[in-house]
Amino acid sequence: MDLSLDDRTEGDRTIVVVGGEIDVYTAPKLREKLIDLVSAGQYHLVVDMEGVEFLDSTGLGVLVGGLKRVRAHEGSLRLVCTQERILKIFRITGLTKVFPIHASVEEAVAATD
Amino acid sequence: MATVELLLSPLPVHVRTARLVGVAAARRAGLDDDYVADLRLALGEACTRAVALHSEHAPDTPVRIVVRDDPGGLTVEVTDHGPPATPLTADIGDLLGDDDVDPQVALAVLSGLVDDVEITSGEDGTTVALRWPLPPRPV
Repeated sequence: MDLSLDDRTEGDRTIVVVGGEIDVYTAPKLREKLIDLVSAGQYHLVVDMEGVEFLDSTGLGVLVGGLKRVRAHEGSLRLVCTQERILKIFRITGLTKVFPIHASVEEAVAATD
Repeated sequence: MATVELLLSPLPVHVRTARLVGVAAARRAGLDDDYVADLRLALGEACTRAVALHSEHAPDTPVRIVVRDDPGGLTVEVTDHGPPATPLTADIGDLLGDDDVDPQVALAVLSGLVDDVEITSGEDGTTVALRWPLPPRPV
């Protein structure tokens, strides 16, 4: 399955809904999407990963890159993920300490730093 | 013993092909579902690393993947023709940027994901061997 990307705004947050597989082939599309949103002044991103079936270190690199970009504008990047097999790679790489990870979009939208 | 061998042109699009073939061979061998999920990620990481090294150092040479099912367990080998593998020297978070992922990151993920990882580097390149136990077979 290829990567699917959608976005919508809720207040000052932009929800990016990601589905399918994020790997070395599809990660550039996600990177472009995050760059486009930041270029358009969207600095508070919530990436909904509940529809993601596969995520590797290339995908993690893109998310870390997105986090660096929004932080340069004092923004935020929150993840929504409850899937154990996806959370596993965040734990292995120590990135659970870097990203706020939420159980639902509602929780992520309501969260403040 | 059953073997599946795959030669991949070093293109990102084929990393998924390798994952699909590896998962199919692992299921056929009877590997436990949790291990199959680990294999999918681990094989993807090993191939991503190899494809990245080949695009820079050996674009015309295929990456070799072997999945071997024998009484000792299931072995996946990914062989590249890049420069020798080097151990992780920095924090993984610092190596994950937005550009091309450092090949070291893949090896670090593999070490965290698979109990039995063997990395053999020579002049011609590196072989990453990943092993998982297989359940006993019915007689």
